Amino acid sequence: MNYMDYLKTQDFPLFWCGGCGNGAVLGAIVRSFAALCYSKEETVVVTGIGCWGKADDYVTTNSFHGTHGRALAFATGIKLANPKLQVVVLMGDGDGVTIGGNHFIHAARRNVDVTAILVNNYNYGMTGGQYSGSTPLNSITSTSRYGHIEEGFDICQLAIAAGAPFVARTSSDDPLAMQRFITAGLNKKGFSLIEVIAPCPTHFGKNNGMRNAADLMKWVKERSISVARAHTMNEEELALKLIMGILTDTEREDYGSKYSRVIAAAQEGRRDIK
Amino acid sequence: MTLKKNIFAMGNEAITEGALAAGARFYAGYPITPSSEIAERSSIRLPQLGGMFVQMEDEIGSIAAVIGASAAGVKSYTATSGPGFSLMQENLGVAVMGEIPCVIVNVQRSGPSTGLATKPAQGDVMQAKWGTHGDHGIIALSPSSVQECYDLTIRAFNLAELYRTPVILLADEIIGHMREGYCPHLPKEIIERKKPLCANRDYKPYDFCGEENEIAPLAAFGSEYITRINGSGHDESGNACGRLDNADKFIRHYHEKFQKNRDDIIETKSFDLQDAEYAIITFGCSVRSGKAALKLARQKGIKVGLLQLVTIWPFPYEQVAKICEQVQGVVVPEMNLGQIQGEIRKVCPTHCSLWGINRVDSQMITPYEILAKLEEAAI
Ligand SMILES: Cc1ncc(C[n+]2csc(CCOP(=O)(O)OP(=O)(O)O)c2C)c(N)n1
Ligand code: SF4
Repeated sequence: MNYMDYLKTQDFPLFWCGGCGNGAVLGAIVRSFAALCYSKEETVVVTGIGCWGKADDYVTTNSFHGTHGRALAFATGIKLANPKLQVVVLMGDGDGVTIGGNHFIHAARRNVDVTAILVNNYNYGMTGGQYSGSTPLNSITSTSRYGHIEEGFDICQLAIAAGAPFVARTSSDDPLAMQRFITAGLNKKGFSLIEVIAPCPTHFGKNNGMRNAADLMKWVKERSISVARAHTMNEEELALKLIMGILTDTEREDYGSKYSRVIAAAQEGRRDIK
Repeated sequence: MTLKKNIFAMGNEAITEGALAAGARFYAGYPITPSSEIAERSSIRLPQLGGMFVQMEDEIGSIAAVIGASAAGVKSYTATSGPGFSLMQENLGVAVMGEIPCVIVNVQRSGPSTGLATKPAQGDVMQAKWGTHGDHGIIALSPSSVQECYDLTIRAFNLAELYRTPVILLADEIIGHMREGYCPHLPKEIIERKKPLCANRDYKPYDFCGEENEIAPLAAFGSEYITRINGSGHDESGNACGRLDNADKFIRHYHEKFQKNRDDIIETKSFDLQDAEYAIITFGCSVRSGKAALKLARQKGIKVGLLQLVTIWPFPYEQVAKICEQVQGVVVPEMNLGQIQGEIRKVCPTHCSLWGINRVDSQMITPYEILAKLEEAAI
């Protein structure tokens, strides 16, 4: 398959601002679909609401565009109802871990077999650059003009703590890593999260003295370290660092597979699901 | 096919069996009294039939999972009560705008807020219609017996599939927890959603113009068609669309598809109305008090009839107007402060008096309260 087959090029140009990271993430996703020869009919892209939440406008697979923060809950129903579907969930940091934080931790804990690709641009792009649950301390946003007084989530650690079997982080200027992690996530049976750090030059960048995407990515790079490096550092040194790479990759039976054993038990009149 | 025999059961049990008989195979919900028996029974019964149950993290997620499962082609339902129904309102709008069939059981309890947590009420009539924002139509059915719990749940699924819409089963604590005999007969009719017949590339999930009942066919995710479901403003194909004429067309459609099919959707039941000079118009648990009052009043020589509103939304204005035209006065018992009465007032002519009997203390309205009003009127 050619990755262009998954893109609704007739609806280009993309709605996103110049320098926005979203386009590169979308590129990595459709390349991963192509690499895995995904059938459009058996793939569902589920989006939330936000700049990144508009990504379904540009894909040729099945799509479900629901409400802000609820994408994982819609995806849970889609996947459980038809386990043959490849369900890919696209969320912003507002969507995924702020308004939708409850669905996020429970989808990870429940281990629903979907792949979540969360674009973290540290603010609400769509509504004008207000702070989200991932906005770093002291940042300036449209609603923290005196500097943000809350700490942001470490989204990957949140997913790991909640039980996600596959968690990886990269940034939107690393197309190879994005494709590698997304492909691995899609192949993973169980809940997988790929967090992509991406620039929002229009709001987060502008508000914090980083006028273009390059400045923003430089700021990200300065804080980035590899998983291998992280192993050599202590907690104090790790504070405020962004660990890039595959942070966890374990095996855990997903909800759907377990439930088929519930069905077998119920149909055979047993009360145990061994 | 064997004829099922009568069994003695709770309303919530009959609702669950009705859902299964209608072909529902997916439940997502969050426990709340007085609806929890539906979740508990579904968790046992669904896997026996190869279906699926999931207890979600909240009611926002519950209705979302139900909508997602239905979009993937499985008839789906959830059950809740006041606080949970409030949480469901946002995504109820997704089912309206995405035109996804599903059934939401609201076993009403006292409100506002946590209210008298486990106690009955009928206060969600307007919320069922207008709880989610924006102009739209909706279907709500209200059972008054355990048999109706079963029958109307089946009908709710049929209507949901036929009109591509969420349907609300507006039950109440009294009916949900009441036990009486009912017959879980095989459904007379099971309606499945219309599937597309066109070539793959021609399929548009929202192209309703020229379709029977103005309802577009719905292909499930995973079929040979590409399906784009969209809760934002969209065109016939499901693509995001900000065109104003397009918004006008679709928002009117969410309203008109119910108006155009009123005759099929609306169901009322009449009792002793032929010669009636007074009428009791009511729904849900209050029908039971109304029927008892009718008997008492007839014994006293007052010519009373009763109109039971089985369909609450779209509201049976024509049926109600006809009765108001015929009688001198209408009594409306309801366990709220006049939500149904307000709708009746819209079509009640001046010659017909209109009285409400309203309780919000979670006590069932007694037949004697209704009788007293009828006696007062008939003097
Ligand atoms: C329930 C609800 N509250 C608020 C909004 C308004 N809203 C739309 S998008 C958005 C934030 C988007 O931020 P994020 O998810 O981080 O995505 P981004 O735009 O940055 O890609 C908000 C607050 C909404 N659509 N729904
Ligand atoms: S506002 Fe920010 S997130 Fe939204 S498109 Fe522009 S750069 Fe991207």
